[in-house]
Amino acid sequence: MINRKIAPEIKDAVDFDITLKPCEKFTLDNGIPVYVVKSDEQDTLQLELVFPGGSWFETENLVASATNFLMKNGTSKHSALEINESIDYHGAYLNRTSHHENATYTLHCLTKHLTQLLPVLQEVIQDPTFSEEELGTFQQNMKQRLAVNLQKCDFVANRHIDKYLFGEFHPYGRVSTMDSYDALQSQTLLAFYKQHYTYNNCKIFVAGNLPANMVTLLNQYFGTTKWNGETNIIREQLPILPAEEKKFRIFNDENGVQGAVRVARHFPNRYHPDFSKMLVLNTIFGGYFGSRLMSNIREEKGYTYGISSQIYNFRQSGAINIHTEAGRDVCEATIKEIYKELHTLQQELVPEEELHLVRNFMIGSVLGDLDGAFQIIQRWKNLILNDLDENYFYNNIRTIKTITAEELQQLAQQYFTPEDFYELVVI
Amino acid sequence: MIHYNKFTLANGLRVIVHEDHTTPMAVVNVMYDVGARDEDANKTGFAHLFEHLMFGGSVNIPEYDEPLQMAGGENNAFTTSDLTNYYIQLPAENIETAFWLESDRMLSLAFSEKSLDVQRKVVSEEFKEHYINKPYGDVWHKMRDLAYSTHPYKWMTIGKELSHIEEARLEDVKAFFFKYYRPSNAILVVGGHVTLEQVKVLAEKWFGDIPAGEKIPRKLPVEPPQTAAHKLEVKASVPLDALYKCYHMPGRVEKEYYAVDLISDILGGGASSRLHQVLVKEKKLFSNIDCYHFGTLDAGLLTIEGKLVKGVKMKDAEKAVQLEIDKVQQEIIPERELQKVKNRVESMLAFEDMELLNRANNLAFYELMGDAELMNKEFSNYEAITTADLHREAQQLFDEKNSNTIYYYADK
Repeated sequence: MINRKIAPEIKDAVDFDITLKPCEKFTLDNGIPVYVVKSDEQDTLQLELVFPGGSWFETENLVASATNFLMKNGTSKHSALEINESIDYHGAYLNRTSHHENATYTLHCLTKHLTQLLPVLQEVIQDPTFSEEELGTFQQNMKQRLAVNLQKCDFVANRHIDKYLFGEFHPYGRVSTMDSYDALQSQTLLAFYKQHYTYNNCKIFVAGNLPANMVTLLNQYFGTTKWNGETNIIREQLPILPAEEKKFRIFNDENGVQGAVRVARHFPNRYHPDFSKMLVLNTIFGGYFGSRLMSNIREEKGYTYGISSQIYNFRQSGAINIHTEAGRDVCEATIKEIYKELHTLQQELVPEEELHLVRNFMIGSVLGDLDGAFQIIQRWKNLILNDLDENYFYNNIRTIKTITAEELQQLAQQYFTPEDFYELVVI
Repeated sequence: MIHYNKFTLANGLRVIVHEDHTTPMAVVNVMYDVGARDEDANKTGFAHLFEHLMFGGSVNIPEYDEPLQMAGGENNAFTTSDLTNYYIQLPAENIETAFWLESDRMLSLAFSEKSLDVQRKVVSEEFKEHYINKPYGDVWHKMRDLAYSTHPYKWMTIGKELSHIEEARLEDVKAFFFKYYRPSNAILVVGGHVTLEQVKVLAEKWFGDIPAGEKIPRKLPVEPPQTAAHKLEVKASVPLDALYKCYHMPGRVEKEYYAVDLISDILGGGASSRLHQVLVKEKKLFSNIDCYHFGTLDAGLLTIEGKLVKGVKMKDAEKAVQLEIDKVQQEIIPERELQKVKNRVESMLAFEDMELLNRANNLAFYELMGDAELMNKEFSNYEAITTADLHREAQQLFDEKNSNTIYYYADK
């Protein structure tokens, strides 16, 4: 008979040798850098074009995201339907996203269809028209979606907490409104597009099973001309104007049975030496299922289905944001417990056993995250777009493996002071 | 092709091993053949509540999560109307930890009153977060009740009402466990950087001595064919009118399923799909409209759901949807359009199979349907579909008598 009370031996995190698989780089004839992680195990590939076209660079609200969205909805040669038909016919996915800094077009497809899809992608990237008709439909449907979202306490809370932290004029705190959708104009989008989606601002990331002539193909569609000309994008620091008040309570729905709770403060960006250490402290505090917040507020008290704490890794300035949806009558009790857990980390050293567990958990996660070419190129993309290299990755691993309980306590004493936090409940 | 090996322990536990040495990770997936459809109509939500209790400690191991996290692992679980699935991902070197944890909670739970008490509250908050405190959150409660007269798909996995969860007792928990959470009712899939020989030894060592339990014959009430259209009007505090239409469709294991799945993609899959193109882009009657189904094992519901553009009358919106349904029902779908949705399926399957966790989960699911090998035959089932098959299935599916409609009006 086996003794089930005794856990099997495990290999410890510190003993795992984690390596970030290298990323190849080549340059198209017109100078566009292409970063590549190959893998022949599957028949799929991912091709991503990244531009400095995020909300940071817009001068009117929502222009960046609307431009990004509508590029796919019609070119001078093909309608939105024709474009969508060719993508769908080849079983491909063409997704677009725009965040604070970057705007991205991502193609996922079976390798065998790539040659048919590249001409479509080229048109979308180099020849969009932003027709009035498409813009009108977009405005109407986005406003309808906003109306529905504004009924949700979590959506409303996310908007407000960012506004308190960064100010409503800063791209990190600015939110969509009905008026700003109405104000969008086709020629503004076209101008934003012409300025930001140019060959000299483009970076390409490719992963997966690539055809042998990948370089030739990319050159053919993206590398021969100076499409959209050369522009110079200047990224200036923008003033952050946080709210002066720190505590807010908002009633959004009188019949709400839950409240969205947010407790947040500023935190340095990823270039600061405390950033990687905070990733460990934050994991202990609210970053995984066994965290202090989850153990206390979900598993002990049953106030919520889930609670977590996240670090914003924005370029100019980050933040720590604790968020949960809790029963309407236990929102205030939840906030009290959040402060209690912050306080405990300031007062007491994290027990060695818990720190050991979190190290192992975090290293296990990194190992899992590095599984497969799509995941690996994602890591590289984050490094490259933030002007970092693999040393940053290895430094983070080293921090996870070596940070001490004393360092964590010092960090908590510096950053977990209740007076520094904004708090918000939206019911 | 997904390669795998399969063997069965003496206690009836089916074990599938999928070796993949390109990853340093391993996945352990345990699927139990029990879901919300197996619940008593007066104790709904139990299968899902039970899933939460599976993390409250087992007979020899007081804490489930801690030792797993210590081994660098992550885990989660989900419950559907048909099944309950638990999965672990961890560095392959530490695979035995997963065997130890999963086998102990299959052997017996700790059955702690405290854990039941807390998880009742947690699930109540989950219920509120997803189904009460959300615009249109109650629509699936209403739709299931409207569409099913008899079959237990009548209630949602989270439960019919909060009170059922609040009233769950420890003796219900025990009875449920020993009835359903037995080796003979479970499928274990181990994937990743492991070998068949290694898994054989570990499976025998950790699961071999768990009592088999009895295989429970499933005698669910069969939903009789619907003989008249069902309609329901709802008024709620939401900003936009919405239209929901559901049609009874074949279960996941029926051969007719594949044609209906393709029909749903023709109507609602991707930006070039018919409903989006005609009703959102051309006629501008809806701000969004989708067509989907949940792929349930027993006969399910093909759903069309959309939000109306402000000012559009429900009557006009419904008429336009009906026109698109009529086209699918009466006209032959062009070959190229059929090829498009087949290509989409091929691609979707390929992308799904990229993740080790998905492969392990799917192997368990196909084994639950009857045979893991079905996973490798899946695409050929779609490839074989002809436009005539689509036409035939659409006739039956979109019969007006087979329809359930909810008119969800904005009370603002």
